[in-house]
Amino acid sequence: MHVAESSAPLLEMHGIEKTFPGVRALDGVDLDVRAGEVHCLLGQNGAGKSTLIKVLAGAHQPDAGHITWRGAPASLSDPQAAMSLGIATIYQELDLVAGLSVADNIFLGREQSRFGLARPAVANRAAGELLTRLGHPEIRPGAEVGSLSAAAQQMVSIARALSQDARLIIMDEPSAVLDNEEVERLFGVIRDLTAHGVAVVYISHRLEEIRQIGDRITVLKDGRTVATGLPARETPTREVITLMTGRTIEYVFPPRRARVDTAAGPLLEVEGLSLRGRFTDVSFSVAPGEIVGLAGLVGSGRSEILETVYGARKATAGTVRLAGKRLRHGDVGAAVAGGIGLAPEERKSQALLLDDSVYRNISISSLGRFARGGFLRGGAERAAAREQVQALDVRPADVSRIVRTLSGGNQQKVVLARWLLRDCRVLLLDEPTRGVDVGARSEIYALIRDLADRGVAVVVVSSEIPEVLGLADRVLVIADGVVVAEAHADELDEHRVLDLVMEGTVAHAGAAPGTTGPTATKTEGDVA
Amino acid sequence: MSEGATATVATGSPSPSGGNGRAGLLAGPLGRNLGLVIALALLCIVGVATAGDRFASVDNVLTILRLASVIGVVSVGMTFVIIGGGIDLSVGALVALASVWASTLATQQIATDFHWIVMVVTALLVGAGAGLVNGVVIAYGKLVAFIATLAMLAAARGLAEIISNRRTQIIQDRDFLAFFSGDVLGIPTLVIIFALVAVAGWVLLNRTTFGRRTFAVGGNAEAARLAGIRVQRHTVKLYVLSGITCGIAAVMLMARTTTGSSTHGTLYELDAIAAVVIGGTLLVGGRGTIVGTVLGVLIFTTLGNVFTLNNLSSSAQAVARGVIIVLAVLLQMRLANRETRTRISKSPPAGALSAPGGPGGTAGGGSAVPGAPAGARPGGGDLQT
Repeated sequence: MHVAESSAPLLEMHGIEKTFPGVRALDGVDLDVRAGEVHCLLGQNGAGKSTLIKVLAGAHQPDAGHITWRGAPASLSDPQAAMSLGIATIYQELDLVAGLSVADNIFLGREQSRFGLARPAVANRAAGELLTRLGHPEIRPGAEVGSLSAAAQQMVSIARALSQDARLIIMDEPSAVLDNEEVERLFGVIRDLTAHGVAVVYISHRLEEIRQIGDRITVLKDGRTVATGLPARETPTREVITLMTGRTIEYVFPPRRARVDTAAGPLLEVEGLSLRGRFTDVSFSVAPGEIVGLAGLVGSGRSEILETVYGARKATAGTVRLAGKRLRHGDVGAAVAGGIGLAPEERKSQALLLDDSVYRNISISSLGRFARGGFLRGGAERAAAREQVQALDVRPADVSRIVRTLSGGNQQKVVLARWLLRDCRVLLLDEPTRGVDVGARSEIYALIRDLADRGVAVVVVSSEIPEVLGLADRVLVIADGVVVAEAHADELDEHRVLDLVMEGTVAHAGAAPGTTGPTATKTEGDVA
Repeated sequence: MSEGATATVATGSPSPSGGNGRAGLLAGPLGRNLGLVIALALLCIVGVATAGDRFASVDNVLTILRLASVIGVVSVGMTFVIIGGGIDLSVGALVALASVWASTLATQQIATDFHWIVMVVTALLVGAGAGLVNGVVIAYGKLVAFIATLAMLAAARGLAEIISNRRTQIIQDRDFLAFFSGDVLGIPTLVIIFALVAVAGWVLLNRTTFGRRTFAVGGNAEAARLAGIRVQRHTVKLYVLSGITCGIAAVMLMARTTTGSSTHGTLYELDAIAAVVIGGTLLVGGRGTIVGTVLGVLIFTTLGNVFTLNNLSSSAQAVARGVIIVLAVLLQMRLANRETRTRISKSPPAGALSAPGGPGGTAGGGSAVPGAPAGARPGGGDLQT
């Protein structure tokens, strides 16, 4: 049914196996990719996607299995071998040198030179041509890569792949750092690449994207291929999720309580909070047992609001009150001491000590509780961590395990366990399910609701609007650093939120009088 | 499924993890520092072979320990700073400044009027004060530690020269000298001080919240900050701690040489950093041990002793020192890799049982998720048609 179907496979992998000490990462993976197709690789965290990518990139050597490239057996003994065959990988964490120019990065390792002298003019021209071909002529070849946006950096990576005459480009969650418009432009580039016969292996947690851009799907589970060659557009979502998880899962959001009891008064009050250049005059309040969601696009200021409330950024105006007591701006220690916890957006760099054990990561914010006169009681500390690990069902349930070896969902649970152990009264969650597979998401949703039911005031930020709407009791819509609407979650739907965000005004909010719009925001803030 | 899984975990995990814990306590420090122990043993064999009884005598061993004690105390402080993600280049200069300040005529006069403890307190306060300046400049002034302590290195030694007028100051107080040059049950006081500092350092690093926070700050400062640790304040404490160890070292050096001098402690910073690094502490922070540092100090001191006994020049000794740094760190890395590898391969029982969905779960995984493979494959077939 597709053009791609008739063409011969560009890459075939059969029975690929890879064992790491103690972990069988790949246990018989089959994959065939045709020239000019977008082949989507799906699987939960820990299903083996990353290992498979690394085998393709030549970074890992498989223990068993065959790889055929353009009809001939191939060995991907090292990254150079993969590159010279025409396989390029664009990792989630882009491997660009921030201090070098765009052109330098594109030709890194293959610098244009004559008699040992660099020829920047030649390189710049060639880089400019590549970027123009990708539809991004606005990226200057001379610009420093570190000063570019995430989307532009991604384009530089793709340009580098093209400059190496890549026939197959592997993209590992390229959309994770992009907003909707940037994703659209990326898709434009991908379509252009495939039209020229380049194959793309596309990895994403967002099923909607796969519908949009993908041709065929391969599903991995537990290191094995459980389905391959599924048509990307026709396969029902339910089927895909069943394949990935082995059970039927819908985005199950836990039920809300009928009415949040606000009689006790708000626990967290934010009034007129501003951070110059990021957001202005943000006011909201959260009662114990309530989940408030902040919806908005990347760059709208939603994450910054959370970080400023927490004190990780220093507010330029406004107040944050916790149980009536004013918190000093820019003082994380005071926020934590008062009972606020933050699960930040970048789990690995902002929350975890990756090379430390699970229990140390959990206890880090509550060390005082396990200390007497500064001396730690190791037994009590481990026991408390073990309790949290079991309550949250972290797998494997081994508190001595190094956190780096856990999957994204389990790492997130470790972060949550840290704040649970601390008995937080206010929990700020920034993208709580980012990089978390579909199966673990429902668990995390249930966990968050359970926390709220136990009296914790929760603020959730997410770029996935359904997630905010499904999880929160009350939603603040944020556009360009301004709260454009506030309403109960069941009074909004995804389209309304998107409209509000797009308009960036309150014009559309009038439909639900009394609950949305800036006046409502103000009054609720004042009443609180 | 979860019931079955947690049940197996509950019975399965305590034994392996408990076993690991036992083994970690016994074999851990030794195993992790095996390279150093081997190096030290080799040095001793060479010492016995070349110098015989002159090396293997109680007197000589005590000499080695006494020589190791001053730099050893400084290295313990340095270990904390480096694990915490910093570096302290000013330690040698701080030793000089503290020794000079504690042995000025004025200080000695007060000491004779009151008690020699005044000199000790002065040295400790000078060390702590200079460390405080280091810490504040680094933590709140946001100056790179390398630069800030390099500046302190220059300034502190200069100040020591100004105070002492570049003269060596003789310690007059007999009680002070008698106390610190004496011994307890045949063990020199200096060695006992080193042992006490090392033990206190080990406890502080491994058994207190301070130590845990040091690892966290050095391992990932941003994560530590967002976890509620007051990173800046902790950084200041680390440099104050390093300064205090410099003060202790100054007192020990004053006792050993019976002088205070602005030339004391020259190049101590390099000796201390070398000992810390061959002791297995990562220069980027987040990981390190006191035991390794102590072994590192002993290796260098023993090396010097063996060379001296064989009448070899200090230049040859410097070359050997360089070679040892490289060899010890190489050996250390190999052994550390092997150790983590064996530790991981020992754990699969726990891993396989507790990760029902995990890739390794051949039997346990399959039974834990019964519907998965059966449900998945027919589904896949339907979709393809």
